[in-house]
Amino acid sequence: MKWEIKEGLKYARTHEWAGFEGDLVTVGITDYAQDMLKDVVYVELPEIGQEAQVGESLAVLESVKAVSDLYAPVDGEVVEVNEALLDRPELVNEDPYGEAWVVRIRIDAGYENPELLGEDDYAALVKEEADR
Amino acid sequence: MKREQPLLFELGAPGRRGCSLPPLDVPAKPINELLPPQMQRQDPLALPELSEGELVRHYTALSTRNHGVDSGFYPLGSCTMKYNPKVNEEVARLPGFALLHPCQPPESVQGAMELLYRAGLYLQEITGMDQVTFQPAAGAHGELTGMMLIRAYHRSRNDQRKVVLAPDSSHGTNPASAAMAGYEIKEVPSDERGLVDLEALRQLLNDEVAALMLTNPNTLGLFEQDILEIAAAVHDVGGLLYYDGANLNAIMGHARPGDMGFDVVHLNLHKTFATPHGGGGPGSGPVGVKEHLAPFLPVPLVEKGEKGYFWKDDLPHTIGKVHGFHGNFGVIVKAYTYMVMMGAAGLRRAAADAVLNANYLMERLKNSYALPYDRRCKHEFVISAREQKKRGVSAGDIAKALLDYGFHPPTVYFPLIVEEALMIEPTETESRETLDRFAEALEEIARLAAEDPASVLAAPHTTPVSRLDEVSAARRPRVCWTGNRKSD
Amino acid sequence: MNGGRHFLPLTDGERREMLAHIGAASEDDLFAELPPAIRLEEGLDLPPPLSEMEALAHLEALAAKNRHLREYPCFIGGGVYDHFIPSVVSHITGRSEFYTAYTPYQAEISQGVLQSIYEYQTLICRLTGMEAANASLYDGASALAEAAVAACAATRRRKVLISRSVNPHYRRVLQSYLDVRDLQLQELPLREGATDYAAAEKLLDSDTAALLLQQPNFFGLLEEMEPAAALAHRHGALLVLSTDPISLAVCRTPAEYGADIVTGEGQVLGNPPSFGGPLLGFFAARQKLIRRIPGRIAGETEDSEGRRGFVLTLQTREQHIRRERAISNICSNQALNALAAAVYLAAMGPAGLREVAELCLQKAAYALEKITALRGFAQVFPGVHFKEFAVRLPGSGGNLNGHLLKHKLIGGLDLEPLYPELGPAMLFCVTETKSREQIDALVGALEGWS
Repeated sequence: MKWEIKEGLKYARTHEWAGFEGDLVTVGITDYAQDMLKDVVYVELPEIGQEAQVGESLAVLESVKAVSDLYAPVDGEVVEVNEALLDRPELVNEDPYGEAWVVRIRIDAGYENPELLGEDDYAALVKEEADR
Repeated sequence: MKREQPLLFELGAPGRRGCSLPPLDVPAKPINELLPPQMQRQDPLALPELSEGELVRHYTALSTRNHGVDSGFYPLGSCTMKYNPKVNEEVARLPGFALLHPCQPPESVQGAMELLYRAGLYLQEITGMDQVTFQPAAGAHGELTGMMLIRAYHRSRNDQRKVVLAPDSSHGTNPASAAMAGYEIKEVPSDERGLVDLEALRQLLNDEVAALMLTNPNTLGLFEQDILEIAAAVHDVGGLLYYDGANLNAIMGHARPGDMGFDVVHLNLHKTFATPHGGGGPGSGPVGVKEHLAPFLPVPLVEKGEKGYFWKDDLPHTIGKVHGFHGNFGVIVKAYTYMVMMGAAGLRRAAADAVLNANYLMERLKNSYALPYDRRCKHEFVISAREQKKRGVSAGDIAKALLDYGFHPPTVYFPLIVEEALMIEPTETESRETLDRFAEALEEIARLAAEDPASVLAAPHTTPVSRLDEVSAARRPRVCWTGNRKSD
Repeated sequence: MNGGRHFLPLTDGERREMLAHIGAASEDDLFAELPPAIRLEEGLDLPPPLSEMEALAHLEALAAKNRHLREYPCFIGGGVYDHFIPSVVSHITGRSEFYTAYTPYQAEISQGVLQSIYEYQTLICRLTGMEAANASLYDGASALAEAAVAACAATRRRKVLISRSVNPHYRRVLQSYLDVRDLQLQELPLREGATDYAAAEKLLDSDTAALLLQQPNFFGLLEEMEPAAALAHRHGALLVLSTDPISLAVCRTPAEYGADIVTGEGQVLGNPPSFGGPLLGFFAARQKLIRRIPGRIAGETEDSEGRRGFVLTLQTREQHIRRERAISNICSNQALNALAAAVYLAAMGPAGLREVAELCLQKAAYALEKITALRGFAQVFPGVHFKEFAVRLPGSGGNLNGHLLKHKLIGGLDLEPLYPELGPAMLFCVTETKSREQIDALVGALEGWS
């Protein structure tokens, strides 16, 4: 497959990735999502302290002629946003799993979202969508 | 290599000027007495300084870098880029129209008021509606006004409906206008015919629905033949039917939105009624309503009384105003001139020719491009570049390639329900030779896309600039010149 | 015979051949799917068509029923103004490469319109002191309404305050725009014809998105603007100013007053009054608000060979991409009027525009002095006037305007219907287009009114 799917992350069906570290979850969009969106020109970030709810839009990523929501993959509170993306939205295309993380969300102890997919299931989802 | 045209700000020299003004003919007062220093501008005003001749050369050079209907074929779907009669321009510049103040006493502007009144009668007859307001300055402004009227109507019946429906093929302005009027939008899917899916519509209809916004013929150029059933279904749940008049050119003189059951319509005078598009405006978007919505119209309305025309301002249920004055009067003058020249038979003929031209072109093109809805179209049709896309040539690339043939491309990537869409509206003012030449160009591009896709991707070659970097423009927007040239 | 044949190139022979080519038996066949119940068999009931010559005569006759501003000197302002327009303006806007084009979606063949918009945006920024401007909106009224909506979105608040010294037509449009969104509009009372900052201080709260003021205000007064920005910003609200661009040649700029968004009526820049439309709404803002600016925006970029070029940019704000989530529904604007404004400003240059503004100041002061020297006529509000001023009348304004018409003059704007609290009063406007002789004629006619 031409798109990278990173190990150790969880994935939402709406193409966000979530990296769990204690009570902090780092969220971004996947390599497949950035490729579909093409050149990202602007990222609209949430405010720190904003509540995150699964399935609700948290951030907006824009290309020249398309707009795409980043949906929260977990419930919690936004504790950090990646302001580097404001000046360099191209990071989303260059390094979607690294420098282009979008938000960090603090979750309650023991919180889990059983809807999130592992690498293999997400790879199958991407393949299915790409073939369509 | 073609050269850039310098900016206004890079031309001229300090001390030059492009105008002359009369000397002061009243006793002069010191400026500091008229305007205290703390109210005076501090930052020096850096306007260009050019002689009149330099100014004309600059804009003449810019005009040669632009394509209009007068330059060549402009089949931009849903925009009705028909020829703009020249007499209209002359009429709108008559001092008796151009040099009127909107607040002059009515007895001094009876001719202008009569023109608005008569133009209203024409539009009422053409649309089958009972009353018209001219305040909206463009189609989208008309939509917003229409949504305000619909909301006021429901509210007056203590009905707080929240939802407006629009088909998935609708213009972007429809959902945007409804949202601006505070409505929640729900999308009505299209069926395999490319028409409103009647069953899906019935599922969406309930007593929360304020209105259905519909373009007929729709943006695929297809007439919504179930319109009477659609109207009945919407009205049965107490909703209203809104007509987006962008495509009225297809049916004027043959059928009227009012007879189809529409309660509100907006028209685009700059599309259907041959007024020029002005490089993006001014347009004019009058709104017509059936009797039950008339009490909510914006004020003032022009009426005819025993002593001439007068402004009617006392509409107790009016939505107020949507324009500072009476709308784009100068545009209405042009549209009225067009209508009086065309008459009933001329308008009907124009629609029939527009439909004939579209069907002729569609027939010619369906061998080289995919035609997602192979049915008789009205004034426009949509082809798809999905076959070309397999060779890496997108609808956008085909549009760029057309530029080298001297044509303005069709609307691309719209409607959204067709992949790689090219939406073509030839209008009635194009000759068969033009249609043939355009078809030949598109056929040749299709051939190139199959045999030598790289040549299509490199286009355009003959335009003042080649493909422009839209990504950088959007990432780091420069929308105001600050004097820092890129290279020197 | 059909009307408009000279716009329709197809011949009957071609129509027959083309119908045959598409397999249609007749022209009726083209409309076969229209339900019979709605087919107009008889056609429309409209007056018989006119030839071009007859149409021109008909329209000239209608125009002749109007008393235009060169026949009857006009002293009305109130949002639409009679300023001199150099011939070069209509010469350039009359070039059909500009006026028969549409929105520059295809940038490569629309560089003329795009560059002219970019230059216009720059000119608006230079006038107002702002950092970003759009390609135009419908008029000054809707521009102010859009600014209020943008301020609510930017601050995520739901209330705006507007001074009663703002153009009443604008306030009414604003009301229509805000009502449907359930946004609240609160009016600040007049204090000597200007904004009452004490009232503003009381009404500003944590839900206030913006303070909306006009400079010069509806009465032509230059308001004390110094407190406005600090007051608004202290409460987290934006300062929105509606302004007259000609005044900005001499008056302190909105940027210098600390405004966040500036709107106004650009008709004064090279566009005829045209019975109130087409007008030209301009909209400029601080760079940080650039994504809240509604409508088209042209941006500078480069082509694949490194040449400077222009495109429509930040399009994701707009309806054709974001649909119901767009920041505004606006699609077409007033591009040709914006072109006229740019040509006008370039023709005037800094010296010319300053002369126009100073002529307005001088002539308005002269007229004010002369009129208020008449018995029964008094200045309503003291202060600094730009080109308009309000005068208390010894009788009704409607009656006065009838009297002035008999003297081949179009009087001022009757203020009483708009501000009943003022009693009989009239707003006069004097621009550079009024000669001393015309002003004196007005004064003479006022004197003879009883």
